[in-house]
Formats: sequence, structure tokens, C-alpha cells
Amino acid sequence: MFAHCSDPASLEGLSWLMCYLTSSTHLQFYASFGTVLALLAITAPIALLFGFGGAMAARSGFAPLRLLGKAYTAMVRGIPDIIFFLFVPIALDQGLEWMRHKVLCDSDAPVRQGNDFIVCAAAKLPLSNSPEWVHQAYGFTTAVVAFAVVFGAFAANVLYGAMQAVPRAQLETAEAYGMTPRQVNRRVLIPQMWTYAIPGLSNLWMILIKATPLLFILGIEDIVYWARELGGTKTSAFAYPHPDWRLYYFLGLLIFYLFMTWISERIIQRLTGRLSRGQATLAGEAQRKAGTT
Amino acid sequence: MSCAQTFHDYALRSIGIGERLLPRSDFDLCQQVVLIGSGLIWNLYFGIFALFFGFFLANALAVAKASANPWLSRPANGFIFLFRGSPLFIQFFLAYAALVMLPKGGINFLGVTIATDWLTKAWGGALIVLILNTAAYSAQIFYGALQSVPKGDLEAADAYGMTGWKRFRRIVWPTMMRLAWPSYTNEAIFLFHATTLVFFSAFPAFQQRGDSLYYASYFADKTFNPFVAYPIVAGYFILLTLSLIALFGVMNRRLNRHLPGATRRIKYRPQLIR
Repeated sequence: MFAHCSDPASLEGLSWLMCYLTSSTHLQFYASFGTVLALLAITAPIALLFGFGGAMAARSGFAPLRLLGKAYTAMVRGIPDIIFFLFVPIALDQGLEWMRHKVLCDSDAPVRQGNDFIVCAAAKLPLSNSPEWVHQAYGFTTAVVAFAVVFGAFAANVLYGAMQAVPRAQLETAEAYGMTPRQVNRRVLIPQMWTYAIPGLSNLWMILIKATPLLFILGIEDIVYWARELGGTKTSAFAYPHPDWRLYYFLGLLIFYLFMTWISERIIQRLTGRLSRGQATLAGEAQRKAGTT
Repeated sequence: MSCAQTFHDYALRSIGIGERLLPRSDFDLCQQVVLIGSGLIWNLYFGIFALFFGFFLANALAVAKASANPWLSRPANGFIFLFRGSPLFIQFFLAYAALVMLPKGGINFLGVTIATDWLTKAWGGALIVLILNTAAYSAQIFYGALQSVPKGDLEAADAYGMTGWKRFRRIVWPTMMRLAWPSYTNEAIFLFHATTLVFFSAFPAFQQRGDSLYYASYFADKTFNPFVAYPIVAGYFILLTLSLIALFGVMNRRLNRHLPGATRRIKYRPQLIR
């Protein structure tokens, strides 16, 4: 990156370290922190949407839809989330390729032949002649879907509980005013449920932060990948030879995650304080008595 | 090959008994069910031992955290923050990177050589990480329960002249357990779920002796078909979760047996994963 870094072998001490930490692979390592933050920023709203859909379906009056919603919320209870992280991306990929195979290919050959999954070249996702970034973006997208499915189910649990916690009398009053079920949902149920959902959702946010290193399992070049790659022993064939430094890299990641959860906790504390202001709850009452309002 | 033969060859494959080579072609359903079930031995091993040792450590940590002495409460707080604030996955990697740095031949301490090689193996190193991790999560649960022990109970104990250890053992601790048990059940379930991470993090599966998810992903990779192996391992885990709920439900009833009608059905609330 810097001009004086062009010959690493001649460097020593602090200047060696400076050049080492700004090498092109290290810049990719720093950029991968952005990947993690992007995953958090993209997944959280999508998962919330999935969760909302799941919770609404579980409350639906239409039996098959209700069953579907209940099954969706129940599935994460008994099955480890990692199984979903392994299953969803590959299942999604094969499902899409199979559909494209049906539409785009003119061969009648089955896609499963023995232990192979064969589709014609036109049905490949992404196309084999597409540039590298398309492959990476596709991998990242399937990872986002996997995270959204799992965390959507967790969020559906939280939101379903929050919807059940809204006092029944509130909804009955709204019905007595002649509101349709849709109006009751939109005007009374949804605005009121957030107070009950906030503790569960903030818990979920912490869990989501702590699930991001699982991107590594999905084959994304994330911070765990780069920490292993950069920390491993480098012989003198490399520009910057060093012994096994994985411990220090993982220590760095640990501190990054501790910082992320710590700052989230602080923000959530402020948020719940703000939200319980003037509420007829224990926390709101405590604030009133303390005279902080 | 008949299914009985497959069972004989692979039922204990994950602990090194039976056929050495894993099936390489012509995978049938029986092989997948047997081998993935064989991997479940490792999940049970990690789960049961981590839960057992973690339980004692968690009790000590919870009491230390509630202590008025800052020399006790601060380290306990720090420990709980460290293990609850960071991902288990990173903890595995970090522990492995630290443990392989120990001298291979063991540490010579006052003339006694302490072996270190077992720490880099999954059964040793990963178990220690799991124990510490579950201890931190459980300690937080126990601490919360300790804080909600009714004041009246303590006053009654005082009136009987109970103090110190006797008061803790007879009054505080049983109530703490009773209050913490529903949340602790969830922690136990998630601990068992977390055991699937061991062989996907740094710890190598020696001679392909892995846990159930290790074998499931082996089959999914070889057959290029995720729709068979993963549902099988999911099925095993649903059974495991249900039996855990039943087992902890029995203990819950025992803890509440002096309070007729107070046994709350343990509601499974998946709020803790790492």
C-alpha cells in the first residue's frame, strides 16, 4: 500500500508491522468486517418480516395457514440452527437450478443421476461464465436467506407471544366499535404489541450478532476465514513470514464481538428506558417515582 | 449389504469400533440412519458431561456474582460477560489456537510432567470450552433466580436461627433451583444443539470419528443431496429435545413437589442460542 513497503524483507520492527498490517490481504480482512455488518443490516429486517408473516399465519383463522405458521415457529425448537444453515443454501440452490432446468433446458434427462445433480449449462446458477463477484454475491444471498429463515422463525416465536400478550379487552373494544379484523390488527394489535416484543427482539439481536461467524461454515470469505488464512504459519516463501499467529487474530475477533454485544446492550438499555417512559408498567412507574421523566 | 450387517459395522463407528472405512458409494438409507445415529454418541457425550460439570461451576459463579465482596463478584461478572458476549464458534477457534501452542511433550511442573496433548483433541478441549460456556449461561440464569428468592423465606430462616451455609443449603438453594429450572431446561436443550458446532470449528475429527452433523454433512457432500441426510439428523435432534424436556419435567415436578399445583409446565422458550 505504501511505497516503502515494496521490499518487506528489508523492513524491521514497527515499520515491518505497519507494512504487514496494511498488506492487500489484510485490507481484504478489514473489508470482511463490512461483510458481517452488511449481513446484520440486511438480515435483521428480512428476518423480522419473515417472523411477522409467521406470527400472523399462526394466528390466522384459516386452518392450513395456521398449521403452516405453527410448524414454522416450532421447527427451530427441536432442531439445531446449524442444520438449517447447512441445509437451506444448498436446498435453495438445487431448487432454483431444478426449476431453471425445467424451463431453460430442452433435455428430458433427470437432474439426479446416481450421486450427481446435473443440469444443463444454461440452468446453472450462477452461470459458469459469470464474473467472480457474481459467484460471491450469490453465495452471500443464499446465506442471507438461510439466516432469514432461521431468525424469522425465532422472531415469529417472539412476535406470536407479544401478540398473545396484548390484552384481549383491547381487541374486543375495537371489535365493538365495528372495526373489521384487518382494522383491528392494523390499528390496535400491531401498535400495542411492540412493548411486549422489545425484550424478546433485543435478545434475538444479540443472538444474531453471535451467529454471524457461522458464515464461515457457509463458505463465505468472512472474518473467521481471513483470521485462519492470515494467522496460519507463513514460511519464508511469503512476503511477510511469521509463526502461527492465529491466537492473536482470534483474540481480535473475540474483542470485536465483545464490543458489538456490549454496545448493543447499552443501546437497548437506553431504548427500553425511552419506550417505557409514561407506560403503565413497572419500569415506567419506577421512572415516574424517580422523577426522571 | 443387509441393514443388520450395516448396523453391526457402523453403529459404533464414531467411537472407533467397527468398520474402519466409511461407505464411499452406493449409499443407502440404512447406512445414513445408522452412521448419523452413531455420531449422536458424541453429541450425548459433550452434552451430558458439559451439563454435569457446568452445573457445579454455574452454582459457584452465581453465588460469587451475587456476593457483596467485589473480589468475588467482579471476576464472576467478567467471566459471564466474556462467555455470553462472544460467539461459541469463536471460543472454539480461540481455545484451539491457544491449546495447540502448549508444548507437545507436556509441561514439566515441579518434576511432574502434565500431559497436554489431550487438550487439542475434541473430547478434551472442546468439552472444556462447552463446560465454561454453559457455566456462564447457566450462572446468569441461577443468578436471576437467586435474586428472586422471596424475602419471606429468608426472614423465616433467620427466625429459625439458620445462618450461613445451613441457610443457603436448606432454604436459598432449593428455591433458587425451583425458580431457575424452566430456564435451565432451555439452556440444556441449547447446549445439546451447540454440540453440533464442535467438529465444524477448529477441532479435527480424528479418523473421521465425528458427531451426527459431521456424518450428515459427509453424506450430503458425497450424494449431493441434502434432502435425506439433514432431515435424518433433524429427526434425531427432535427426539433428543423431546426426551430432554421429559427428563427435566420429571425433575421439575420433584423440585416443586411440596407446592401442590405450583408445578408450571415447562414452556419451551427458545431465547438462548449462541
